Amino acid sequence: MHPAPSVILFSVLSGLGFGMLAWLGFGEPGVTGMSAFIFFFVAYALAVGGLLSATFHLGNPKNALKSFSQWRTSWLSREGCCAVAALLVMGIYAIGAIFLETHWVFVGIIGAILSIVTVFTTSMIYGQLKTVPRWNHWTTPPLFLSLSIFGGALMTGQIKVAMVGFIVVGLIQIAAWLMGDKQFATRGSSMETATGLGDIGKVRMFEPPHTGTNYLLKEMVYVIGRKHAMKLRVIAILLMVVIPVLMIWMGAHHDIKAVIAVLSHIVGVFASRWLFFAEAEHVVGLYYGKRG
Amino acid sequence: MTALPAKSDVKLGLVIDLDTCVGCHACVVSCKGWNTENYGAPLSDQDAYGENPSGTFLNRVHSFEVQPEQGAAQTIHFPKSCLHCEDAPCVTVCPTGASYKRAEDGIVLVNEDACIGCGLCAWACPYGARELDQAAGVMKKCTLCVDRIYNENLPEEDREPACVRTCPAGARHFGDLGDENSDVSQLVKERGGMDLMPELGTKPVNKYLPPRPKDTGNEIDILAPLLAPVATETTGFLGWLDRTLEKL
Ligand code: SF4
Ligand code: SF4
Ligand code: SF4
Repeated sequence: MHPAPSVILFSVLSGLGFGMLAWLGFGEPGVTGMSAFIFFFVAYALAVGGLLSATFHLGNPKNALKSFSQWRTSWLSREGCCAVAALLVMGIYAIGAIFLETHWVFVGIIGAILSIVTVFTTSMIYGQLKTVPRWNHWTTPPLFLSLSIFGGALMTGQIKVAMVGFIVVGLIQIAAWLMGDKQFATRGSSMETATGLGDIGKVRMFEPPHTGTNYLLKEMVYVIGRKHAMKLRVIAILLMVVIPVLMIWMGAHHDIKAVIAVLSHIVGVFASRWLFFAEAEHVVGLYYGKRG
Repeated sequence: MTALPAKSDVKLGLVIDLDTCVGCHACVVSCKGWNTENYGAPLSDQDAYGENPSGTFLNRVHSFEVQPEQGAAQTIHFPKSCLHCEDAPCVTVCPTGASYKRAEDGIVLVNEDACIGCGLCAWACPYGARELDQAAGVMKKCTLCVDRIYNENLPEEDREPACVRTCPAGARHFGDLGDENSDVSQLVKERGGMDLMPELGTKPVNKYLPPRPKDTGNEIDILAPLLAPVATETTGFLGWLDRTLEKL
């Protein structure tokens, strides 16, 4: 799949933002006043900034309001509804914490749950797609959720939780890569099933339907070299997991080590998310002889 | 509403004959011609006369080569447009309700006035049957020429999809696949019509007729004995030349 910058930016930033909101909602850290303002400001900037960048991916954003209507069937619609609900409920909680120095525990818990559910709905937008076998796998929701929850833990200063959590993230990520590499073959779609001509023999592309490119090829038939992907996987794991864990282990707290941990983690998640798209093979590539 | 209708008894669709398709792309052109000036936004082209032309099409013809275990490879031309799936994944993923499947005849359509151009439906379609128009920013797909098949302003023989009407080889058939006795259903039964990527569970309405078995190229023509070479040894001047050259 084409690794569109707007979608990568959206899913990484809003994932972190909602992860932060979840911790804040559970009262960790139980800040009030000015320091609460700073935490909520960062969390909202990430979550809302991410959502806004996603609208750059739309061909026709003027109808955006309609996308709240189909929550009964569509994960994308559910994501929109949950995101708005989470932001509203956490907004109420934030007002209490910032201006009234009180924590409305019940409101916070509801907001935190909504924030986590939002990240889950994001993961299901990809996880539901049978056409992209690598995504259509049980590892997709845990990957998104663990990145959001433990990234949020780091950003809200729960560094011990973050350290252990990042190790979990690393394991899920590696599992997702290794199992993902086999998913396309396991699902069993091939040029033979795509064309129905397998009974006759082995099928290969003779002539594509058009000499140039088209929307399908640009959007869904992104091909990335194996070596290139391997290198990026190593970089992603180092930045996203290994360096932050080392920094925390070495005692990061309100110092340069903490800054390195946060920046390294975020850049690592970008690399991981870029690969999430670039490595995902859509079955339509079979009609163009571009898979396996 | 992007929930699928419980059941549509009428299942309008196409039957595409891979045996007779000659790969002329006439259906591609007629589809674009009709649909660029009728239902919804036009089908735009980008850089049409430049170095890297591309554009929106609702129907495209691929060509494949199939190599049987024995005998010669076969070239098969393969038209592909929306299959109007019964379990259309493109419909249920749509957040706005723009994508829908009609209960009355099973046609899958996009209401462009509600589409946000998110492209998720194109991701959900296994067959590459949906393209986001780069000028209009809305999703385009085969309408089964809904504005022809019921159009009483057209002469009766034109009330079928443009691609079907145009095909010079008669490789595209239109009809009700929900009715067992319809011509298209009979054709599917006779020729063993098949689904594309059945493993994905989309239950396409459109069916493809496999190519008929080909001769293997090993059978010798009945006239062959008469065509056997008469002289096996060369004689006379040519024979002498042959022998002399061999010795050199
Ligand atoms: S062919 Fe694709 S666009 Fe058409 S109904 Fe099936 S899934 Fe949807
Ligand atoms: S591109 Fe349009 S029709 Fe397709 S899912 Fe998005 S809103 Fe629905
Ligand atoms: S039925 Fe109409 S819209 Fe669909 S492929 Fe044929 S000509 Fe194009």
